Amino acid sequence: MNRYLASHVAGLPPSGIRKFFDLVSTMKDVISLGVGEPDFVTPWTVRESGIFSLEQGQTMYTSNAGLFELRAELSHHLASSLGLSYDPSNEILITAGASEAVDLVMRAVLEPGDVVLVPDPSYVSYAPCAILAGASVRYVPTHAKDNFRLRVEDLNQLYTPKAKLLVLSYPNNPTGAIMRREDLIPIAEYVAKHDLLVLADDIYSDLTYDGRHVSFASLPGMHDRTLFVSGFSKSYAMTGWRIGYVAGHADLIRGLTKIHQYTMLCAPIMGQIAALEALRSASEAKNDMITAYDRRRRLMVHGFRQMGLDCFEPLGAFYVFPDISKTRLSSEEFAAELLKEENVAVVPGIAFGPSGEGYIRCSYAYSMEQLQEALKRIRQFVERRLAT
Amino acid sequence: MLTKEDHRLLKVIAEDCRLTPLELSVQTGLASEYIRKRISDWEKEKVIVDYQPMINWARTGEEKVSALIEVRVLPQRGYGFDKVAKRLQKFPEIKALFLMSGGYDLSLLIEGTTMQDVALFVAEKLAPLEHVQSTATHFVLRRYKQDGVELMGEEETVQRLVVSP
Repeated sequence: MNRYLASHVAGLPPSGIRKFFDLVSTMKDVISLGVGEPDFVTPWTVRESGIFSLEQGQTMYTSNAGLFELRAELSHHLASSLGLSYDPSNEILITAGASEAVDLVMRAVLEPGDVVLVPDPSYVSYAPCAILAGASVRYVPTHAKDNFRLRVEDLNQLYTPKAKLLVLSYPNNPTGAIMRREDLIPIAEYVAKHDLLVLADDIYSDLTYDGRHVSFASLPGMHDRTLFVSGFSKSYAMTGWRIGYVAGHADLIRGLTKIHQYTMLCAPIMGQIAALEALRSASEAKNDMITAYDRRRRLMVHGFRQMGLDCFEPLGAFYVFPDISKTRLSSEEFAAELLKEENVAVVPGIAFGPSGEGYIRCSYAYSMEQLQEALKRIRQFVERRLAT
Repeated sequence: MLTKEDHRLLKVIAEDCRLTPLELSVQTGLASEYIRKRISDWEKEKVIVDYQPMINWARTGEEKVSALIEVRVLPQRGYGFDKVAKRLQKFPEIKALFLMSGGYDLSLLIEGTTMQDVALFVAEKLAPLEHVQSTATHFVLRRYKQDGVELMGEEETVQRLVVSP
C-alpha cells in the first residue's frame, strides 16, 4: 500500500532513535540510559488536581487557545522567571505538548523553498517537521570545542537568502549545552540582519545547573521575532499529560491557532488543569528534582572522564554526551556493541544529526544506583576497547 | 550561618548518609577535604546529631508496639515544662517527645515489644511522675508514612519506554 503514501512522507527517514529502540526492545534485563523523560512521577499535588478535575466532571473541550486561567498564570510565570512579556489573551497558545507547538510553528510559517537552519546535533523532530511543512533544512554544526554552542561563524558559512527560520534549542538535547547571554547576542544580531524568525525551544529552560537560563526572546528586539516554545514535560515530570505552549507576537499566534483549531482543537483539559496546579504549587518539587539531576550529572561526567573519555560538561537538560572516538567505533557500533556485551542501552550521537557522530547520548534521568551500575558496565566495555 | 554550598551538602547527607566524602565530592562538586572538615564540625556542633537507618519493623515479622501518649503536666515555676521533659527524655522507651500547643502539654511516642510493655510503662513510670496530671494512650495500628517515607504498599513502578527522543 506504500503507493498511497505521499512521496514526502514515504521519503522521510525513520528516526535514528526508533531504529535503536526496536533493537533494545528485543533484549531482556537491559539498563537503559536512552530515555528522554524524567524518572520522577508527576508531583502528587499535580496528579491530585487532575484526579479532582475528573471527579468534578471537567471533561469538556476548552477554548482553542487553552484555559485562560492557565495562560494568565503562564504569563506571570514567564515574566517572573525569564523576564518575558506575553499577553495571555492573544500571545499564548496551549498545545498538546511542545512537540505540537514545534509542528505548528513550522507549518504556520514555512512554504516550499524556505530553508530552516537547525543546530546540529539537536532534537530529532525539527528537520522532519520542516520537511513535512515543505521546507528544507540546513544543519549548522556545533562543536565540543565551543561547548556545543551555536556560533555566528558557522551560521555565516551556511547562510542562504532562502533561510527563514532558525531553530534554537538550549539547554540542548542531546548535548546538555546551554547558551549564555553573551553567546546569544551575536545570534540576535545575525537574526535581525537577515530578517529571520526564531523557533526557541526552551523546553529544558528550568533544568540548568550554573545560573539561570537566558531566553532568546528576552534579548532586545527579539520578542517579536521569536516563537517561544516550552511545556511542562521536563520541568514537572509531566511527559504523558501532553501540555506545552507557544508564545509570540499576536499575529503569529493567530496563524498557529488556525492550524491548531482545525487539527487538535484544544489540549486535553485534565492536563491543562494539572499544569495550572504545577505552576501554582509544584515549584519546590521541581527544585528537588533539579537538585537530584545535578548530583547525577556530576556523577556521570566524573564517571566518563575516569574512563579516559573526553566528556564535555553539560550545564543543562539531563543528558551527558561523551566523546567515544577514542574507542575507534562509530556511535552506532558503540551503542550496538555495548548493548550486546554489557546490556546497557545508550543512544548513538548520529541519531541527532551528522555532528553527533563520535558521541553517545546518556540520559541521567535514572536512580543513582542504576547510573552507578551502568557506569561500571560501560567502563568495562570501554577498557576492553581501549586495550585492543 | 550556612552557606549555599553547606546547605546543599547537608541536604545530600540527609538524603543518603552512607556516602563517603569522596562520593559526596563527586556529586556536589565540593572538595572532599572541605566536606570532611564540615562534617566533623557539624558532628561536634550537633548539627548532624546521628546517622540512623530507618527500619520498617513491621516487615521483619518482629513484634513492635507503638503508642502516642498525650500527657497533661502541671508547669513548674521557673522551669515551665522543661524539668519534667528532661526527666522523661531519659527513658529509652520514649522515642520522641514534643511540647504541644492545644488541649494537652507533652506528646510522647513510646515503643515496646508488647502492649503490656507500653501499658506498664504508662502505669508505673509515666503516670505516677510528680507534676503529671493525666495521660491518654493511643496505640498505633499501622504506619503508613514515617519521616517522609511512604511505607505502605508496593513501590510505584514507572513504565517508561526503553529509548525515547
